[in-house]
Amino acid sequence: MNKETIKAAAWGTLFTASVAGLIVLGSRNLAHFDAALVGYTFAVLFATFGITYRYSMWLQRPPTALYWKRGWQVFLRPRHLAKNIGEWFTRVPSEFGLNLFILQRGRLRWGAHMLIMWGCIIAIAITFPLVFGWIHFETLPNNLEWYRTYIFGFPTFSFPIHSVVGFLAFHGLVWASILVTLGVMLAMRRRMRDHGAAALQQFGEDFLPLILLFAISVTGLMLTASYTWMKGYAYDFLAILHAITVIFTLLWLPFGKFFHIFQRPAQLGVSFYKEVGEREEPANCRRCGIPFTSRMHVEDLIEVERQLGYRYEMKDSHVKHYQWICPPCRRSMLALAQGRLWTGERVSLSDVGGLMPTPTLGNAGPNQGPLSEEDRRNFHP
Amino acid sequence: MPVPDQNEFFMDPNRCIGCQACVQACSECETHKGYSMIHLDFVDRAHSVQTAPVVCMHCDSPTCAEVCPADAIKKTADGVVQTARKARCIACNNCVLACPFGVPKMKTDFKLMMKCDMCYDRTSEGLKPMCATVCPSQALFFGTREQIELLRPRSVPTNQFRFGEQTINTKVSMMLPKSGKAEYVDVTQAMGEGVLGKTISLNILDGIYNEESTE
Repeated sequence: MNKETIKAAAWGTLFTASVAGLIVLGSRNLAHFDAALVGYTFAVLFATFGITYRYSMWLQRPPTALYWKRGWQVFLRPRHLAKNIGEWFTRVPSEFGLNLFILQRGRLRWGAHMLIMWGCIIAIAITFPLVFGWIHFETLPNNLEWYRTYIFGFPTFSFPIHSVVGFLAFHGLVWASILVTLGVMLAMRRRMRDHGAAALQQFGEDFLPLILLFAISVTGLMLTASYTWMKGYAYDFLAILHAITVIFTLLWLPFGKFFHIFQRPAQLGVSFYKEVGEREEPANCRRCGIPFTSRMHVEDLIEVERQLGYRYEMKDSHVKHYQWICPPCRRSMLALAQGRLWTGERVSLSDVGGLMPTPTLGNAGPNQGPLSEEDRRNFHP
Repeated sequence: MPVPDQNEFFMDPNRCIGCQACVQACSECETHKGYSMIHLDFVDRAHSVQTAPVVCMHCDSPTCAEVCPADAIKKTADGVVQTARKARCIACNNCVLACPFGVPKMKTDFKLMMKCDMCYDRTSEGLKPMCATVCPSQALFFGTREQIELLRPRSVPTNQFRFGEQTINTKVSMMLPKSGKAEYVDVTQAMGEGVLGKTISLNILDGIYNEESTE
């Protein structure tokens, strides 16, 4: 077993033990723990180990390790800290709460993601604390029509059972299931009709997560239908079926597409990294002299490439490393290098008097040149 | 579905006439609809009409994927390096800066890198990529090795490129002179290279500017 694996296993064990400890603590030594839900608990513990293990392995990859470290360093850099904190409070709601970047990609995609995401968040916020015994309800001693909510064993707010609040709270999973089902249907529709998606999608990566979410939602709704309108018909079977779908999803969580939930926050780190880099020293292309990114980014990439075993070092004492050449110069050098090999073969050539060719974009129309303001640096002015 | 083995992509930038057909056709591709992924640069517009079309070369060991901190760039079993996975890409720009051919583009508002995926919706079904379908000079050619040998008897394809100390092998090949016997394209050797073709510097505007400045 190598060092990375041991480290990841240690982190996995620590996080799993912490969750297990919190379950014992929050349920007051399992006093409020529902033994019928033990299968769910063990599935969550397995998922905790798996996710932590994979996350730790992921963080040890050279590029991830570097940007994880750099992300925190630039965020906490004293002269940028105040601005970064302010930006954090803007970005978390817009990027994670509202998924505005997905809205830019397409309204249907955004609608599907918002419905699935918020449906899952509501469902997790309700079920996990209930399964762990962190939340339970008791009737008031002097009024059986009222429930008191206990969180981690501490009494909190009370509410009448037969009230709007009670109805909404006790049917929270129904609302969550409806949101997820609608989201899955929209996502499925796109996957079945979009030719681009059809070419790239894979069953395990793209369909299985949707099928699992749909299965959980439908079997959950069937449970409610069974005890509400069908006098508990086939309830035991449905309960087992629902448990199977949920437990399979939890066990699969560390391996499949759902792992992006845990990777995605890195988007915040890189946005701060790029912004702080912009405010600091730029990197000028060592061929054309035009700035194309931050010096920090180029130096970090050189280090990452070195760790990955790439050897883009150049003998030229001015350039030193190919990473110091901007993307547009790289593209034109490719054509010039080919032309160099054809010299004297295909055409007669004449010298341009030692001028350094500076490539420019060829008459780009809408969406044909830079895709964003940031992408303009990928092209010469 | 994998790309049929017999068809390969051959690039010959020397044949490019800068007509922009590839740029227009590229944006029709279903996997990045509306956005053109091919690069078509004037190499030195002031002195030459030379243009350089660049598609993704689909490296055997793709630097873009290796430097991706989010593990968002995947290669298919048939060697096509796909555009970033939408769920994973965190828009760090590493791939844009690290690609030795300068291919990926950053769509910041999507928080997504986008790049040529050799029209996977078409090539995976045996069709030509959009750019190669419309290229009138066959600077971008998609076909069999036998076809290209027949069409270009003086050329030989290579898929080896050198950048400093690093050699990169690619799925896309570039046409080199058969007589030159070069095994690879040394890209960094072109650092100070001038543009190609019969360069005609008339300096007409230079004269005008000089006259104006002396009046």
